[in-house]
Amino acid sequence: MHEWALAESVIKSTVEYAGAEKITKLKEAGVVFGELQAIDKEIFVFALEELRRQFPAALTCKFKIIKEPAAFRCKACSHKFALKGLKKTKDEAEFIHFVPEMAHTFLKCPKCKSPDFELVAGRGVSISYIKGAK
Amino acid sequence: MNIDPRPSVIEERLKNVKRIIAVTGWKGGIGKSVTACSLALLLAKKGFKTGLFDLDFAGASDHLILGAKGLFPKEEKGLEPPLLEGVKFMSVVFFSENKAVPLRGANVSDAIIELLAITQWGELDFLVLDMPPGINDAALDVMRFAKKAEVLAVTTPSLIARDVLERSLALYRTLKVPVLGVVENMARGTASKSAAARLRFDAGLEAALGSPSALLKTRFCRDLAAAVKTLEL
Repeated sequence: MHEWALAESVIKSTVEYAGAEKITKLKEAGVVFGELQAIDKEIFVFALEELRRQFPAALTCKFKIIKEPAAFRCKACSHKFALKGLKKTKDEAEFIHFVPEMAHTFLKCPKCKSPDFELVAGRGVSISYIKGAK
Repeated sequence: MNIDPRPSVIEERLKNVKRIIAVTGWKGGIGKSVTACSLALLLAKKGFKTGLFDLDFAGASDHLILGAKGLFPKEEKGLEPPLLEGVKFMSVVFFSENKAVPLRGANVSDAIIELLAITQWGELDFLVLDMPPGINDAALDVMRFAKKAEVLAVTTPSLIARDVLERSLALYRTLKVPVLGVVENMARGTASKSAAARLRFDAGLEAALGSPSALLKTRFCRDLAAAVKTLEL
């Protein structure tokens, strides 16, 4: 249930944004799931539903999950690559799930084997849009 | 729009932590980690609810100093740090299998924010942060997110360490970060003027690493216990 902590951050950020932007009725927020972190959607959505009670301003908000593929660019050889095909054990995938930066420990550029790569897209959880009425 | 939601809950995660002590020192190899671990053990022994967070991702070593083996955080609405000798302990090594963590600055920052956002410390009297050497992403993030952090600076009698220390203290003053005090480690002879406490060079310290009970019996820990009194912790 590590997803709970991230779901709490999403709902809290959404409510805080609404307050700052003087949004009186939240309608929808886009929640990006980066492929690398492999968030469990079912657990995350369950946590969001439970957390609505603590954040009444989010009761009317629909959270739309958007999956974003992970994209990497090697800083050593400039090779661009995807997550699919990179070898990792079940444990290593779990560690990356908790802290996505562990990708630099367990994953390598498929071309030059360097761990010095940039994660261009698809890291973890973020909010891409928030809609509501003022 | 691209909102990073994680910072919004960091204050919440730290709200039941009464005091945060950031053990710093801008030179490597001056004993920050041994000081941070020993301080956490001493505070826990005094009956305080204590946490220890190893923020030196590149050179994480608190697990070696404390002899932490077979531990992993518990998943409970985040991650609950495992308890070791009465200290709630969090480190990147739980996720790295003790392998190298080759991170650039922005990645370090991301990893720190992630762990601060998901770690459920609960109620603590003290959270001891073992800071990496230098003024870098970890140090700047701690100042950004752990606003109540107080600095405990470690130095050695070396002219180099002292000079770097003075620069760090000047910056902390500028940034209005409270400095709890300076401890001079590996001390021989008389203490420097700026040091609130001296931790004498202890040839027996190396042999005690990996065993909290042995560590607590060292001269180093006895000196640190005296420093804890001087610093009114």
